[in-house]
Amino acid sequence: MEIIIIIVGAILVNNIVLAQFLGICPFLGVSNKISTAVGMSGAVVFVMTLATLVTYIINSYLLIPFGLEFLQTISFILVIAALVQMVEIILKKISPALYQALGVFLPLITTNCAVLGVAIIVIQQNFNLVGGLVFTIATALGYGLALIIFAGLREQMELVEVPKSMKGSPIALITAGILSLAFMGFAGLV
Amino acid sequence: MNQLQNFTKGLIKENPVFVLLLGMCPTLGVTTSAINGLGMGLATLCVLCLSNIIISILKSLIPDKVRIPAFIVVIASLVTIVQMVMEASVPTLYASLGLFIPLIVVNCIILGRAEAFASKNNIFSSFIDGLGMGLGFTLALTILGAMRELLGAYSIFGLKLIQTDGIIVFVLAPGAFLALGFIIAFINSLKKTA
Repeated sequence: MEIIIIIVGAILVNNIVLAQFLGICPFLGVSNKISTAVGMSGAVVFVMTLATLVTYIINSYLLIPFGLEFLQTISFILVIAALVQMVEIILKKISPALYQALGVFLPLITTNCAVLGVAIIVIQQNFNLVGGLVFTIATALGYGLALIIFAGLREQMELVEVPKSMKGSPIALITAGILSLAFMGFAGLV
Repeated sequence: MNQLQNFTKGLIKENPVFVLLLGMCPTLGVTTSAINGLGMGLATLCVLCLSNIIISILKSLIPDKVRIPAFIVVIASLVTIVQMVMEASVPTLYASLGLFIPLIVVNCIILGRAEAFASKNNIFSSFIDGLGMGLGFTLALTILGAMRELLGAYSIFGLKLIQTDGIIVFVLAPGAFLALGFIIAFINSLKKTA
């Protein structure tokens, strides 16, 4: 039961993009087409889960026993950057098809603050390893959901005439605002 | 380019938030009030100036191939220092900014300036560039924070102007997107007439 609450909470109620403002740069950057949005979402689910797993282990078996919690920020970002590079190299070797699909998005993910943000949230909220992983996967799925819905809206918006000064980023931001209003309807669900 | 232009370009013409759309996460996430926006802006300003100075000093020592990881280490160390100083000196502001302080590390403005400016220019111009960009960021965050606080709570910098509840949506998440969207549209329309 608790697991279900974590999942619904992370996907709908506290959606990472629309309620917590993490990972906005790729959210605005790669949301022009549904196909790229799907690729990006896949890459985020993959990297975020791995990153949380690794940072959780580092935090509980390395940083806490030695009293080095203040090194959290530095060690986490380095681990994430290294991890992304490694994933890229391994994928290229063992699964060229998956690499083709996710390849271009992987380097972008290092600077996706959602990955570092979720790793830190998992530590701050004192999740255990399973709860943390479930939370991470649900959060990443929520990210994908928001990204794909938003990409769909933007594809439609290409066809609509908007006032000149609203073109481009302003109308995208306002659309995101309305989407965020819609997601607020889920508040109180858990 | 003289130093004055170098300084002012970050404020208006290349304003990181309103024009370049960099560093959106803290911009939208912390600007529920003017004071939060100002605090976040100043924290970023500190990290940006110091990282620009340090990277411009180290630029000849860092091998080209590993420059990005090296920049990230420098920035992450500075963020940790700022984080500790803020926790000790302004605990309430630190608590309200929360997660977004460690996330200064992945703010694209800082890495962007390190890569595009500090790794190619001397110490003094790098410092001025960091100062200009940082102030531009602070200015944008304060304007956005003030606008959201004014509409959302009818108050400014914590000073209550009208004793009723405001349009609460502006303090909540959707308001951030809407407010920023309208500000950028307004700036675009000014650019067209100018």
